[in-house]
Amino acid sequence: MELDVVELSRLQFAMTALYHFLFVPLTLGLSVLVAIMETVYVMTSRPIWRQMTKFWGTLFGINFVLGVATGITMEFQFGMNWSYYSHYVGDIFGAPLAIEGLMAFFLEATFVGLFFFGWDKLSKIQHLVVAWLVALGSNFSALWILIANGWMQNPVGAVFNPETMRMEMDSFFEVMFNEVAQAKFVHTVSAGYVTAAAFVLGVSAWYLLKGRHIELARRSITVAASFGLASALSVVVLGDESGYSATHTQRMKLAAMEGMWETHSAPAPFTAIGFPDQEARETHYAIQIPWAMGLIGTRSLNKDIPGIDQLVEESEVRIRNGLVAYAALVQIREERAETPQLVRDTFEATGGDLGYAFLLKRYVDDPLQATEEQIKAAAWDTVPTVWPLFWSFRVMVAIGFSLIIGMAYFFYRSSFKGQSYPRWALRLALVMLPLPWIAAELGWFVAEYGRQPWTVDGVLPTAMSVSHLSVADLLITLVGFVVFYSVLFVIEMGLMLKYIKKGPYIDDKEVAEWNAVHQKRMGQPIAEASPAALPAE
Amino acid sequence: MILFELIPYDLLRVVWWLLLGVLLIGFAATDGFDMGVGALLPFVGKSDVERRVAINTVGPVWEGNQVWFILGGGAIFAAWPPLYAVSFSGFYLAMFAVLAALILRPVAFKYRSKRPSQGWRNGWDWALFVGGAVPALIFGVAVGNVLQGVPFHLTADLMPMYDGPFWWKFLALLNPFALLCGVVSLTMLLTHGAAWLALKAEGPVAERARAIGSVTGLVMVIGYVLAGVWLALGIEGYAFVNEAVADGPSNPLYSEVVRTGTWLTAYADRPWIAIAPALAIFGTLMAVKGLRSNGEVSSLLFSKLAIFGAISSVGLTMFPFILPSSKDANSSLTVWDSSSSHQTLFIMLVCTIIFLPIVLAYTAWVYKVLWGKVTEKDVTDNSESVY
Ligand code: HDD
Ligand code: HEM
Ligand code: HEM
Repeated sequence: MELDVVELSRLQFAMTALYHFLFVPLTLGLSVLVAIMETVYVMTSRPIWRQMTKFWGTLFGINFVLGVATGITMEFQFGMNWSYYSHYVGDIFGAPLAIEGLMAFFLEATFVGLFFFGWDKLSKIQHLVVAWLVALGSNFSALWILIANGWMQNPVGAVFNPETMRMEMDSFFEVMFNEVAQAKFVHTVSAGYVTAAAFVLGVSAWYLLKGRHIELARRSITVAASFGLASALSVVVLGDESGYSATHTQRMKLAAMEGMWETHSAPAPFTAIGFPDQEARETHYAIQIPWAMGLIGTRSLNKDIPGIDQLVEESEVRIRNGLVAYAALVQIREERAETPQLVRDTFEATGGDLGYAFLLKRYVDDPLQATEEQIKAAAWDTVPTVWPLFWSFRVMVAIGFSLIIGMAYFFYRSSFKGQSYPRWALRLALVMLPLPWIAAELGWFVAEYGRQPWTVDGVLPTAMSVSHLSVADLLITLVGFVVFYSVLFVIEMGLMLKYIKKGPYIDDKEVAEWNAVHQKRMGQPIAEASPAALPAE
Repeated sequence: MILFELIPYDLLRVVWWLLLGVLLIGFAATDGFDMGVGALLPFVGKSDVERRVAINTVGPVWEGNQVWFILGGGAIFAAWPPLYAVSFSGFYLAMFAVLAALILRPVAFKYRSKRPSQGWRNGWDWALFVGGAVPALIFGVAVGNVLQGVPFHLTADLMPMYDGPFWWKFLALLNPFALLCGVVSLTMLLTHGAAWLALKAEGPVAERARAIGSVTGLVMVIGYVLAGVWLALGIEGYAFVNEAVADGPSNPLYSEVVRTGTWLTAYADRPWIAIAPALAIFGTLMAVKGLRSNGEVSSLLFSKLAIFGAISSVGLTMFPFILPSSKDANSSLTVWDSSSSHQTLFIMLVCTIIFLPIVLAYTAWVYKVLWGKVTEKDVTDNSESVY
């Protein structure tokens, strides 16, 4: 990989986005979990639940602030590093981003201050509402940003305007209800919920292993396991929805994820494991499950799923079509109002493939001068590198299924086995803690790398999207980000660990008083530190 | 007829130009005092408790305030895509500096008091200082450069290009006029921060803030007037030769522009706009007066008025230009040729009309809940839970 402006911009975007997404999923899920705990507190008045809310709230805060800080980078980066992209699609893409600020960021950021500072200033109910508004805000933010991202994967509701040389909004409705965006939203938000559930579960399991804060840990596991099981199921079921929508919107990405070089007669098999070879254009040692791919991808037994070879042929046709559109565009731009209707009609008919002509800009300044070989090469450029996609996808799926099993187990123990957990299971919960992060990062890798060579699928190639910057500019900011982000990461982890070690602030007197009052009212003792709460064995 | 055509394109463009101003003013009037407090921190707080008092005056609100800035970015992207594309990449390294400062700030607020070590806290206090002072300075420098024109041009594909070696692009931003504008914006936000501290803090912190604010306010007025004179005598303005079609397509290359005369001819054409600079000066002077005579609420409000005047004076002077090009005048971005499409502007307006009042309503409620001074006792009693 040579270090030109395009590669460096990609690297920088990938790095800062993946870094942002270390904090995002925990914010999404923990905001909801904390609000659930506070709801229990308001309903039962048991002080332990308020203390839980505060404890997990503190960890939420430490994580949240880095999500905010790294989010600012994301918001700026489109203009800084992707200025042609910003010009070319800002008319559509900017709208969800702005609405996100208006509808989501204001909500979460305004109330998050009150969440931490308002305990004495608000009534119980008011504070609970504040907690839910923070959760609502972060989830709205995910919705709008994924509408923006979904549009890049499946650019609906937009048309090219030759006079302004950019895509313009045609139907906001279509942009908003883009099927890809909807599938992404549900999948990503559930991923965030699983992440937070695994986090709460892992930290609580560690407390149980150490025999500390048993009251808090036991209850936290109960909440986390049920919430986690529901969301793990939804991640997998709705992950399938993402795959299904890719079969008709992003067929090349799907073919690459599956290592499908040739179109297989329907119903296609699913390759569980194999070694994709880009040069030989085949997948070695493939272990295949007959029919499965056809069923997953088309929900039928008789529809074909096109393989890479066939898609490259289609790309070539579209490049030639795009060249016709490009020639018409040049003429429209020169003659403006005087352009003959015939030329406008030609553009109307072929404009959808204009982006494919831009693929040639990598080889020649004027696409119309491209040679046959260059057209062929550009058609092959539409294939992303297969093996990283193939493997990332499989690891994500494997993690998805393991999380279901893990969450189901803890749910079972917490609901039917009196909240007792064997030590091996508690250790396993610690191993499970980082898995959702790995899956989520790999998921983004699949979604974004699988979209290459496009920033906006079929519309704008990545190589054309960048700003007019020098390699030196990019090296300065790239090194700056690496240093800066690494330091922040170390500091954040240090604080997280410090506060986890320190544990919750439990006012024993308050708890004892509450228990005494409650015991009298119910006429029966509460199984406070009953043996069942302790780890089994 | 299609719904969005209810509002003519040229009117929508003017509305969005106004809304851009509203966002910038909203940002400076709210997050501005957070930045001012950050930049004042080493000077108003001598002990740890004093600094914590200063920090906790903005503790619960800076996060919401900062969204004005983020929304400003988002709204420029959505309503003025060419402006977003050209300015963010054209000021690349300066933007990176702002970004670094703005990343430090949230982290510093949240993490500073989470460890007792004095070294740790001093470090974060510096981060808060940088996070407040650097953006305040750079925003002014950017305005100074915009007034002089930015060296970019647009290709036939409307791709923005810049000239010169990269470090030169950064150093060239720091020219004398731009630095003067930087000083104006820095002192403006320092005064604003001081007015906030005078209202929300007590004792020595508030005292020192008053003393500093009454000096920075005067520096701001002098600098602002000086910049005005410089603008009149030393900097060429821009004018259309061939006016852009006000409801035509957003292609900056369709119009013809030259550098001529001075920006201040705007005041001859539209004398009423003189009210903006007048408010900037009057507001600042009244804020200083309030700081000297314990007029706590009034000095904060007057300082907001001054910000309103100062920012709108720049916009009104340049109208309809938004980002003129010193390299190729025809590439200059104006209100008439660098907006989003008719439909996008309309949709975004509808969203703003629905959501902005809601935002303002709950923000007002939050400020009401938090009304009252932050004292040293508040900080020491809640040492664990506040910043
Ligand atoms: C699926 C969720 C998701 C995704 C894909 C992204 N973000 Fe994000 N973002 C969030 C979910 C989120 C969040 C959960 O809502 C955060 C994390 C912490 C927080 O405060 O809000 C956030 C914070 C956050 C902030 C700070 C907001 C504040 O001050 O409250 C900004 C400016 C952005 N993001 C911008 C972006 C941009 C431009 C992205 C696209 C490249 C992006 N985010 C991807
Ligand atoms: C936070 C979650 C996200 C992660 C982890 C992520 C990940 C990535 C990765 C790994 C790349 C590099 C692909 C490559 O160059 O090989 C990339 C590129 C990119 N992504 Fe995302 N992405 C995220 C969200 C988004 C969103 C929400 C948008 C748009 C709203 C977006 C827009 C882009 C753009 C413009 C590029 C650069 C062009 C390109 O290389 O394709 N990303 N992202
Ligand atoms: C059986 C399990 C799973 C399946 C079938 C699945 C499927 C998918 C597919 C097909 C994509 C690509 C969407 C696109 O091309 O745009 C994707 C992306 C993603 N996945 Fe998964 N996934 C699974 C499990 C998980 C798990 C466990 C997590 C995290 C906890 C996760 C997090 C993500 C994220 C964050 C993305 C990127 C956003 C998006 O494109 O929706 N996935 N997943």
